[in-house]
Amino acid sequence: MARHHVSTNVNGDNVEFLCDTEQSLLDCLRNELHMTGTKEGCGTGDCGACSVMLDGRLVCSCLVLGVEVEGKEIQTIEGMAQGDELHPLQRNFLDHAALQCGICTPGFLIAARALLERNPDPTETEVRFWLAGNLCRCTGYDKIVRAVMDTAAELRANA
Amino acid sequence: MDEMRFEQPTSVNAAVKLLTGAQGVAKVLNGGTDLLVQMRADVVAPNLIVDIKKIAEMKVIRKEKGGFRIGASVSGAELGEHPELPKVWPGVVEATELIGSTQVQGRATMVGNLCNASPGADSVPAMIAAGALAAIAGPNGKREVPVEQIPVSPGRTSLAKGEFVTSIFLPKRAKKSGDAYLRFIPRTEMDIAVVGCGISLSLDKSGTVTAARVALGAVAPTALLVEDAANAIIGTKLDDSALDALAAAASAACRPIDDKRGTKEFRIKIAGVLARRVALIARDRALQN
Amino acid sequence: MPDDVKSAEIKEFKYVGKRNVRPDGVDKVTGRAKYGADLILPGMLYGRVLRSPHAHARIKSIDISDALKLAGVKAIVTRDDFKDLPKAQPPFGPMIHDAADTTRNIIAREKALYDGHAVAAVAATSETIAKKALKLIKVDYEVLPHVIDPVEAMKDDAPILHEDQFTVGVEPKPTKPSNVFRVMKAEKGDLDKGFAEADIVIERDFKTAAVHQGYIEPHACVANASEDGTAELWCTTQGQFNFRAVCAAVLGMPVGKLKVVSSEIGGGFGGKLPVYGEPLAIRLSQKAHRPVKMVMTRDEVFRATGPTSGSHVHIKIGATKDGRITAAEAVLKYQAGAFKGAGLAAAIGCMYSQYDLENIRIVGYDICVNRPKVAAYRAPGVPMAAFGAEGVINEIATKLGIDPVDLRLKNAAKQGSVNVSGIKYGPIGFIEMLERVKAHPHYNAALGKNQGRGFAAGYWMHAGGMSCATLNVQDDGTVNLLEGNPDIGGSRASMAAMVAEELGIPYEKVRPMIADTSSLGFTLFTAGSRVTYATGMAVIEATRNAIKVCCDRAAAIWGVTAEQVKWEEGHAKPASANVGDFAPISLAELAKKAPMMGGPIAGHAEINATGQGPAIGAHLVDVETDPETGFVKLLRYTVFQDVGRAISPDYVEGQMQGGAVQGLGWALNEEYIYNDKGQLQNAGFLDYRMPVASDVPMIDTVMIEEPNPNHPYGVRGVGETPIVPPQAAVINAVENSVGVRLSELPMSPPKLLKAIETARALAAE
Repeated sequence: MARHHVSTNVNGDNVEFLCDTEQSLLDCLRNELHMTGTKEGCGTGDCGACSVMLDGRLVCSCLVLGVEVEGKEIQTIEGMAQGDELHPLQRNFLDHAALQCGICTPGFLIAARALLERNPDPTETEVRFWLAGNLCRCTGYDKIVRAVMDTAAELRANA
Repeated sequence: MDEMRFEQPTSVNAAVKLLTGAQGVAKVLNGGTDLLVQMRADVVAPNLIVDIKKIAEMKVIRKEKGGFRIGASVSGAELGEHPELPKVWPGVVEATELIGSTQVQGRATMVGNLCNASPGADSVPAMIAAGALAAIAGPNGKREVPVEQIPVSPGRTSLAKGEFVTSIFLPKRAKKSGDAYLRFIPRTEMDIAVVGCGISLSLDKSGTVTAARVALGAVAPTALLVEDAANAIIGTKLDDSALDALAAAASAACRPIDDKRGTKEFRIKIAGVLARRVALIARDRALQN
Repeated sequence: MPDDVKSAEIKEFKYVGKRNVRPDGVDKVTGRAKYGADLILPGMLYGRVLRSPHAHARIKSIDISDALKLAGVKAIVTRDDFKDLPKAQPPFGPMIHDAADTTRNIIAREKALYDGHAVAAVAATSETIAKKALKLIKVDYEVLPHVIDPVEAMKDDAPILHEDQFTVGVEPKPTKPSNVFRVMKAEKGDLDKGFAEADIVIERDFKTAAVHQGYIEPHACVANASEDGTAELWCTTQGQFNFRAVCAAVLGMPVGKLKVVSSEIGGGFGGKLPVYGEPLAIRLSQKAHRPVKMVMTRDEVFRATGPTSGSHVHIKIGATKDGRITAAEAVLKYQAGAFKGAGLAAAIGCMYSQYDLENIRIVGYDICVNRPKVAAYRAPGVPMAAFGAEGVINEIATKLGIDPVDLRLKNAAKQGSVNVSGIKYGPIGFIEMLERVKAHPHYNAALGKNQGRGFAAGYWMHAGGMSCATLNVQDDGTVNLLEGNPDIGGSRASMAAMVAEELGIPYEKVRPMIADTSSLGFTLFTAGSRVTYATGMAVIEATRNAIKVCCDRAAAIWGVTAEQVKWEEGHAKPASANVGDFAPISLAELAKKAPMMGGPIAGHAEINATGQGPAIGAHLVDVETDPETGFVKLLRYTVFQDVGRAISPDYVEGQMQGGAVQGLGWALNEEYIYNDKGQLQNAGFLDYRMPVASDVPMIDTVMIEEPNPNHPYGVRGVGETPIVPPQAAVINAVENSVGVRLSELPMSPPKLLKAIETARALAAE
């Protein structure tokens, strides 16, 4: 069977790739576009390591077929920093030591940014429930939640 | 024959035609949060995938006959963002929003949840309690049925070949009505319901329950509409003895199994505990309307 | 906010003990850092493994002929591609390394011994084709009865996994094969005398389920073999040198022909110490003459990689009425999985070791069952034993009416105490820690209805071992540090801090890198909480050697002897005013002069570290239990730990918090669920329930610093101790919240609710 030809936009760039019907967007990002910043932890939508934005919506890329993203806009971790400047979330994750092994970090950053864009003043509980779909096994979540809350405060102060 | 075709029809009729004429296994792709997991686990290997999300009306929520018609492809996240619906049907919305994570909410749909026919599906007891109807399109035309008629056993629906659900209709709400949904899970998020309970009720001026529907999930092969439980509270003000009777009726209706998520005994107990709690939340919401 | 406590002797450093941003951090927050599955090589093939669906089966034949014919399949391997290796012979040390077991776990030979056991592997031009090829491989299994519980496996009529395994450590020597590999014993004093002296004796049975380390990154590697007999392996691993040794042995290759490069590692906790698919990928690459990438799915991680042992634990402790423990006994029955080697040695060495006890006896059984072979999981073997021991100690406290912290104070180990293994302690901070617990606001916070507080302590021993380090000064005065430990928790930050501190140069000028096996001498794995200690020592020694070179060079420039030069604040300086009025020379200046002065400046060290100190921890937890459902909500959690010296406090706190939350998952919801065919039913994150962000509160940390005098900065390992106390602490808290004591983990809601209702019914009678 001929592979599908998909034209899409990733982090502001128009890109194209070929894929089989059964390949997920995650597969396509990693194995066709060679963008390995988005990670696979489970392949079943239970860990959030594959989180990306799809047309402005936070999703698990392992639960989207590559062929579905024709004509859509995708944002991955590779597009989070603006040139030389890290996004405040990225900077605060480093300053708060909100990562140990770092494998879950891209997923958390994408998910946290989506939260703060929607709710600039979340409570600790709101942060924890929004991020419940992002598993971390190293940190116990404490420093991650602190980094997100401090970023929210910083962004509100600079708004 | 192991190729996997992918189609994105732009009309209901085109989708029906594709599904009706399919050779081998044909699957509707909606949110994809169940289908892709099943494909990956080799539980299903479709020969044809029909993505319905390019059909315009699938994405629309509109008012109809005083109620709401929700297109099949409206995601849980979108449902929650609607300016009116969450106020009128907080139980249906909160149930749908419990499915999976924030990421899953970005894609998962009530219709997909219903048609996946898992006994523990979260949106289903709330939809049943709401008296929701499912609109179906197929080779023999359109029909509409109460949602509880869709799942027939775990993983199987009553839909015939070529049929698919195009929308959910939530009926017009009586004054002083409220609905609610609670589930029991071992963690705080991310689990399939061990027991789910949805209740919708209406009150009169004195605060007496005049109408009620009680539905339970994850305690039988399909979600249950429990008339005995509703009858236990109709005509009462949800005093302790009414709540006791409600709990007893809920527990009695369970036909659960022991599985990796819970034991029979536990589910039977929790059904009663949840029914009590849900009724009180629904009542409080009804009082506010 | 975390509460740092420093003893009077600890001085203030510039980088050590500060919150430095890790040098590898930017790559990790931008997605640039490369983990095991992130390497892409031209011409790369995709490897997939065929796994047994049976818990126990003889493999009569494997027919790969149809699979080989599938277009796109480039190579297939089975047991025929690997030579058998010799079985380990007695005497056996505390840790077991059996090459015959290792090769059989990597690919089954005579039998499949668990659901998920690797039977064959395929390399093909796409994942899709590789998966199709697996379906074409025909394996003829003779299914055998299976056993998954260790106590069942000890019975006379239990199915036997290894016909050639006869229990070691029992007299007379057995003639019948057994699933019990070994009985281990440790004793101190006179147990009977101890019980005779006791006013109260409590005896209890406990049971824990197998739990997985749960690292988010599945095992992944890319193997690239050359026709000249060499091969390169890129993989996620906790020990590239250990992987090289094992892979080479399994493949029948000289160690020198295999180069192993460690990727960034997405979590390990002990689970990435064993080798799994790597030799399969290398052999496939040798046969296909192309690179082969092999990445496990989450399903495979659960079915085929080592969790920690499930256990049956029997505890008997006696104490006087004022709380002095006079006798402590334990019988530990641990699942080893399909091959021998449950973590008993550490359990025996640690379970009572935070206490100063006269009379101890511990017996441990290492039992094979039809489950994946266990692997280390953070303080391997200790949490299950501690769960029982601390549980009984808490019960004694309750029955005697003594505060649980006070009871620990009455029995706390201190400098000079001797434990069951005969180890005499140097300085340890347990007593100070217990005082800190009592003074902490958490200890006295108000509790409401159905809320309860729990307490437990724990001990872990730590590893030393071989580490190498090389430091090269670049011509701009920056420093490249080569060390050999995959960075699991931020260790590069600590290495950079120690180097910067020693050299007196800015932290940002130190660039730590993790060497591959060709670039550095043997360095023992990242495990046993050894890295900041042992590799830290090697790094410091290497730095001091480089400083010696610098001082020699300065001496030559000044025409003085090396003893007349000191190194301070990044500069060579005259050791005293008498030496002469020489302006200090910076590292950068010396580096610039290096070509004229004998060459680049470097320092290296190769050590075998000893003298590591243990770490003791104590945890406080508050819970609220819903008596109608058995749901436990975590309200408050504080981790107290003797950390020696926190080189990177951020990352020490991270270890304390992460270990505690793993322990909470272990206590509340994590377990392996098998059907009656011995097939794993919850091989995914949906039904293997690890804690999510909304399940836990903030985890407060209190670091007590009682430095280990054997390390230049007082380092004591920190990573493993925090997983030891949480289980007993939570059970204790639940008991204090609703009056019900459970002795089985996980304490999932159905179990807890049943216990609550049973207690209610008994109370009503």
